[in-house]
Amino acid sequence: MTEHDAAQAIAADPEHVRGLLRQMVRVRRLEEQCVELYSAAKIRGFLHVYIGEEAVAAGVMSALRADDAVVATYREHGHALLRGVSASAIMAEMYGHAEGCCRGRGGSMHLFDAATRFYGGNAIVAGGLPLAVGLALADRMSGRDRVTVCFFGEGAMAEGEFHESLNLAALWGLPVLFCCENNLYAMGTALDRSESQTDMALKASAYEVSAWAVDGMDVLAVEEAARRAVDAVRAGGGPHFLELRTYRFRAHSMFDPELYREKAEVERWMERDPIALLRTALEASGELAADQWDALEREVGAEMAAAVEFAEGGTLEPVEKLTRFVYSEREPTARESGDRAPGVRGSR
Amino acid sequence: MKTTYREAMRAAIRDAMRRDERVFLMGEDVGRYGGGFAVSLGLLEEFGPSRIRDTPLSEAGFVGAGIGAALGGMRPIVEVMTVNFSLLALDQIMNNAATLLHMSGGQFNVPLVIRMTTGGGRQLAAQHSHSLEGWLAHIPGLRILAPATVEDARGMLWTALEDPDPVLIFEHGSLYNVAGELADDAGAVDIDTAAVRRPGADVSLITYGGTLPTTLDAADALAGEGIEAEVLDLRTLRPLDDAAILATVAKTHRAVVVDEGWRSGSLSAEVSARITESAFYDLDAPVGRVCSVEVPVPYAKHLELATLPSVERIVAAAREAVGSHG
Ligand SMILES: Cc1ncc(C[n+]2csc(CCOP(=O)(O)OP(=O)(O)O)c2C)c(N)n1
Ligand SMILES: [Mg+2]
Repeated sequence: MTEHDAAQAIAADPEHVRGLLRQMVRVRRLEEQCVELYSAAKIRGFLHVYIGEEAVAAGVMSALRADDAVVATYREHGHALLRGVSASAIMAEMYGHAEGCCRGRGGSMHLFDAATRFYGGNAIVAGGLPLAVGLALADRMSGRDRVTVCFFGEGAMAEGEFHESLNLAALWGLPVLFCCENNLYAMGTALDRSESQTDMALKASAYEVSAWAVDGMDVLAVEEAARRAVDAVRAGGGPHFLELRTYRFRAHSMFDPELYREKAEVERWMERDPIALLRTALEASGELAADQWDALEREVGAEMAAAVEFAEGGTLEPVEKLTRFVYSEREPTARESGDRAPGVRGSR
Repeated sequence: MKTTYREAMRAAIRDAMRRDERVFLMGEDVGRYGGGFAVSLGLLEEFGPSRIRDTPLSEAGFVGAGIGAALGGMRPIVEVMTVNFSLLALDQIMNNAATLLHMSGGQFNVPLVIRMTTGGGRQLAAQHSHSLEGWLAHIPGLRILAPATVEDARGMLWTALEDPDPVLIFEHGSLYNVAGELADDAGAVDIDTAAVRRPGADVSLITYGGTLPTTLDAADALAGEGIEAEVLDLRTLRPLDDAAILATVAKTHRAVVVDEGWRSGSLSAEVSARITESAFYDLDAPVGRVCSVEVPVPYAKHLELATLPSVERIVAAAREAVGSHG
C-alpha cells in the first residue's frame, strides 16, 4: 500500500487499524516471552517463532468469519492466538501442562483448538495442505459457505503434497484460501536454491487458481488482499492463492546458528518491521498518541504476564492417562459392544 | 582419540567422499545450513555444492533420484533429515529401491545408502519422534543398520557403500552428542553381526541403537543387585544375526528384548519369535519385552519419559525373567 492508501485506510476506521496493531503486538510479545522461557528451560522441544511475519496472520485472520477453518504449520503460535485461542492455553501447552490447549500432548508445533476451528499446528512440511482440501470438500458437500484457510511456508511448495492439493482444490472448485508465507528461507535453503520458478503466485496459477503476491510486511495490504480472496472463495470462485512476501527476523528454530544468511540482510528487512511500519503510519495520521501506545503495550504485557502465571500454576496430566486419546472415548454402538468396556476397542 | 558419534559419522562421510569420487551426499540442508543435526557441518566447504548437494523439501523426489543415480553408476548417500519425513519417500524406498533387483530378474541393483535420524526423547512430540526402523526391517531387499557406538558410526558407512544393494542407516537422535574412544586408525566394520557389549551369565538384554546406552545403564543397576546381564547389540536389524541371538540365549537361558518401537508388530516381536522358534528348550523363562507404550509420543516430558523404554522398566523386566523358573 502506498502511504496515501494507508492514510486513507486509517482515516476510514482508525479503531480497526489500531486493532490490527494490537494483534501484531500480541503475537510479538507472546513469542518474545516464549523465547525467554525456552532459555529458562520452561519450554522444550522445538520452538519456531514468527517474529517479523506477524502482519500475515493478523491481516488474514481479520478477514475470516468465526465459522471458517484454519490450518497452519509448526510456526503457528501467532495463528492460534489471533484465531482466538487464549495466550494462557497456548502457554500452558508449551509448558506441557494439562491446562494447555492439547493437554500437553502437542507442544509448540501442535496447537489445536476445536472451538475456533483451528486444525493445527503440523510439524510435517506441507502436511496440512491436503487436510485443508478435505475440510473444504466437506463444506462443499454439505452446502455450507465456510472458507478454509491454509498457511504454509514457501519451502512446502517443493513437496508433492502442495501440488496434489492445489490440483485437487482447483479441479473440484473447493473453498480454500492457500496462504504461502514466503519468508525466503526453508531452514537454511534460500528460495532460489529450492525452486526453479521463484514467483510463487505464478507457480500456483499453473493450476488455474487465482493467485497474486502481497507485501507481507504491510498488514493493511495483507488484510485487503485476504478480504478480496476470502470473499471470492466464499462466493464460489474456487480456491485462491496468496503469496505473502515476508521475512523471519529470528533463527529458524532455537538450534539454528544461521550460517546461511548475512546479518546485513536481516537488518535490512528489520527496517520493514510490520509493527513499526503500522505504528509509524498511525502516528503520522495522528491516530496513535503516545499514551495510546503505552496503554496498548501495558495491556498486552499484562495479558502475557497472566498467561505465564496461568502456565506456571498448571498441573501435569497424570501418567495413568498417558494412553488417552489414542482412540476415541465414546459409548460403543450396539454392534460393537459385546462384553468390552466402553471406549476400549481391541487390546491396548 | 576421544570423539563424538556426530564427529565419527562426519569422518565416515568425509572418508568415503575422498576414497570414491562416485560418492556424494544429498539431502535437505546438508550444505549451507550444515546439516539438520550438524553431521555434515563443514563438508560443503571441503567438497563443494555438487557433491554436498542441498535439496528442496522433496523427499520422494530426492530419495527416488538417489535410486536413479545409483542405477546410473553413482554411489549416493541420501540424508533424510529424520525417519518421520522418510514417510513421504516410503514409496520410493519400498517400491523401487527394495524391488528393482528382483523385478528386473537380477539386472538392476541399487547401490544406495540412505541415512536418517530416528527416535524420541527430546520432547519433539508425535510427528518428530517416531522409531520406524523396525517397520523398514520388514522389507526384503533392504539392509537396515543401527549404529549405536562411535566405532559403528565411524565404520558402518563405508561397508554400506560397498554393498551392491540399498542400505538404510538409522542414527538415533540421542546418540549424536555421545562421546567415546575411537582408535586413530578406526575404519570399516562389518555390517553382518551382532556384538556383545557386556558379558553376563544371568539374563540376555537384546537391543540396538538409541536404547543401547539405556540398556547398559540397566545392566549396571542389575549388577548392583547381583544379576549379571549380558547385553547384545543387534547392530544390523535386517538381516538379523540369528546365531548371536541364539548363542546368548543358550548361555543365559533368559532374554529381554528392548526396542523403542511400539510393541505390536515390532522388531522385538520378531526377535522374540525367533528365540521361541529356535531356542525354546534353552529358555528358563518367557521372553520379556520392553517397548514404547502404544501411544503417539507426547510432548510433555513426564509423559514422554513414561512412553519410552527406561532403565527402571528394563530392570523390572530383567528381574522378572530371572525370578521366574522354567
Ligand atoms: C516433510 C518434512 N521435511 C523436512 C522437515 C524439516 N523442516 C522443518 S521446517 C523446514 C523448513 C520449512 O520451510 P518453509 O516451508 O519455508 O517454512 P518456514 O520455516 O520458513 O516458515 C524443514 C526442512 C519437516 N518438518 N517435514
Ligand atoms: Mg520459509
